[in-house]
Amino acid sequence: MKVLKTIDEALQYIEEKKIERKKKLEDINIFVCIGTGCAAKGSVKIYDAFKDLFKETKRAKVYPLEENNNRIKKTGCCGRCSSGPWVIVMPYGYFYCEVRLEDVKEIYEETILKGKAVERLLFVDPATSQRVEKLEDAKFFKAQSFYIMEDIGKCECDSIDDYMGRGGYLSFLKVLVENKPDKVIQIIKDSGLRGRGGAGFPTGIKWEITKNSKGDRKFVVCNGDEGDPGAFMNRTLLERDPHAVLEGMLIGAYTIGANKGYAYIRAEYPVAVEMFRKAIEDAKNLGLIGENILGTSFSFDIEIKEGAGAFVCGEETALLASIEGKRGIPRPRPPYPAQAGLWGCPTLINNVETYANIPKIIRDGAEAYRKRGVPNSPGTKMFSVTGPVKLTGIIEVEFGTTLREIIYDICGGLSDGDELKAVQIGGPSGACLSEALLDLPLDYDSLKTAGAMVGSGGIVVLSKKTCMVEVARFFLDFTKRESCGKCIPCREGLMQAYHILEKFTQAKGSWEDLENLEFLADLIKKASACGLGQTAPNPILSTLRFFKDEYIAHIDGVCPSGMCTAFKKYSINPDLCKGCGLCARSCPKGAILGERGRPYRIEQEKCIKCGACFDKCKFKAIEII
Amino acid sequence: MKLKRNFAKVEEILKKHNYRQDNLIKILLDIQKEYRYLPEDVINYIGVALDIPPAKIYGVATFYAQFSLKPKGKYTISVCDGTACHMAGSTSLIESIREELKISPGNVTEDLLFSLDQVGCLGACALAPAMVINEEVYGNLTPEKVKEIIKNLKERERKNESA
Repeated sequence: MKVLKTIDEALQYIEEKKIERKKKLEDINIFVCIGTGCAAKGSVKIYDAFKDLFKETKRAKVYPLEENNNRIKKTGCCGRCSSGPWVIVMPYGYFYCEVRLEDVKEIYEETILKGKAVERLLFVDPATSQRVEKLEDAKFFKAQSFYIMEDIGKCECDSIDDYMGRGGYLSFLKVLVENKPDKVIQIIKDSGLRGRGGAGFPTGIKWEITKNSKGDRKFVVCNGDEGDPGAFMNRTLLERDPHAVLEGMLIGAYTIGANKGYAYIRAEYPVAVEMFRKAIEDAKNLGLIGENILGTSFSFDIEIKEGAGAFVCGEETALLASIEGKRGIPRPRPPYPAQAGLWGCPTLINNVETYANIPKIIRDGAEAYRKRGVPNSPGTKMFSVTGPVKLTGIIEVEFGTTLREIIYDICGGLSDGDELKAVQIGGPSGACLSEALLDLPLDYDSLKTAGAMVGSGGIVVLSKKTCMVEVARFFLDFTKRESCGKCIPCREGLMQAYHILEKFTQAKGSWEDLENLEFLADLIKKASACGLGQTAPNPILSTLRFFKDEYIAHIDGVCPSGMCTAFKKYSINPDLCKGCGLCARSCPKGAILGERGRPYRIEQEKCIKCGACFDKCKFKAIEII
Repeated sequence: MKLKRNFAKVEEILKKHNYRQDNLIKILLDIQKEYRYLPEDVINYIGVALDIPPAKIYGVATFYAQFSLKPKGKYTISVCDGTACHMAGSTSLIESIREELKISPGNVTEDLLFSLDQVGCLGACALAPAMVINEEVYGNLTPEKVKEIIKNLKERERKNESA
């Protein structure tokens, strides 16, 4: 492996890699997605199968392609995990989805040997119900604006050479050559980049404060503790383009004068940790990380710290405590980490996606960057979309895109038989927005006015079958468990609020409970010490704001969506019952009584409302009241 | 003699992390990989080696969801209860595992073969409902599929034993 010693050498190396990459995309190469989603569906086995097949053909001397050429590449998430595993064949650009092991041979014979597409594996665009040869032709692809996820499906996630072939590390070299940290900060300030971790603090200002803070040692930290249920864009980004994040951290370190960095990644993301570890190793071997990088006076070292499963560690002060090897308990700010962070030294802490934006801003300039998005929230944002929509996964859109565009144009609308009721955005600290707000442009400020926040960027679509009180209960269950317990409003308040919501879902809610819930939610929001407690009541406040009628219905003894089992009552229609006794045999509690040949009946006291009898009955004799 | 051998392993892990206090979480993660939980005597040993009071280590171990002070099974099943999985019916998966293994979340089977945990989001939302068994992700599950997977693992263990 080559070691780069000067900036000129590095520039030359990048030029070489650019030419190599151009060639690579014009030649036959197979990209297999190994992101968590595809890997769970067996993509790693498919990758291995392709490798074996190539070895075999080589041995049998029926190898039609030039030898000694490694043509099977690993690529990171394409964002369409629901249709994985993905296999992309260049130079044709065919996108195959839901590939199985048995398809490998056919892809080899048809596409690699003859250059034809395997029709049945091509992606079906839900918008037109037509198969598309290239992903670029699909509507969901056109409706997005890929910026952080440029070259989707055509970049190797575990290769530094491929990243450099895409012009990677050029921004870092540019910053090194110019040697003007203030200018870098000015560019980032002008670009209007706001923190992608959710709160949206202007990144340039954060950098400036950290740079101007006095300290012998300074640190850069990457926040990859994505604990929100329903959010996985940081994981995707680390899996598909770890070098972009690393380069952002390098630029940050150089700008503020730090020599040490920490990447805090959840231990639940083994693939992301592995990819980032490899990225660091490759950069070290090439001489982009270490002592006196490329002959300059700048030295930098970086370590991965694995999170051990605590949602609160996404809060910056808690994360820093965790890096120090302590319990992840937040502390009041100020002093901000920018003034006194790790071991009391000035620390720059940004989200994974924020760092990934940096090299691109340096590359394109602030003005070009601002062309995307809206004036107050420039740029693009990755969102993860889940729930009953036709296409789930990761998307990237400009700020200012509406929820309607995301759900209907990109995700193909709701699954058959489902109607949209609400959209939950921003994880447990976000809010449920009603259908009336679908045309709200998504950006930091507009969401704030609606009582929501961009938060992590998780979007969960909720159908008419979902009970909003249950959704609020679910999030409170999560936040009460994840509260660190340091301050009373959050520790005790969330617990009490959760109990009230539980009462509602168990058909025991009253008007007094509703009043208490409103009071509590407001109090927790105002009195909690950190971001977790301050935002945890958002699911309650937003459901009370847009779906208060559901709470009232629960008091009146009805769950409108039919989700809360406590409101269900199963009974047997004697006119339809044939007396076969199947239901009685399936009942785990022996609540169904009767004799064969005659209508059975359900004893309500014993019934636990599990629905087993309902599923078993062939005559639709069991009814839910 | 067994104890000695164990601590040699602990020493190895401590050495790998340069006996640094700030690496405590990494050390505990590695210990847990080795023993499948955090044994009390190992916690005491680390306390002495790193000069951290065992109570503090205990505080860290109880704070993070990943750590367990009780033995875990050879196969640790983590059923995801993130938003998407919850809406897609993760509760029914837990129920079917409970039926199959006779354990509830947070516990381990008597033969120390399986332990069950209900975890926050695994980040595999597009595959909801999902679960992880020893770092292998299973997606788009149904209660029947879960039973099938567990039965297969049991079968594999039986074969290993007889072999």
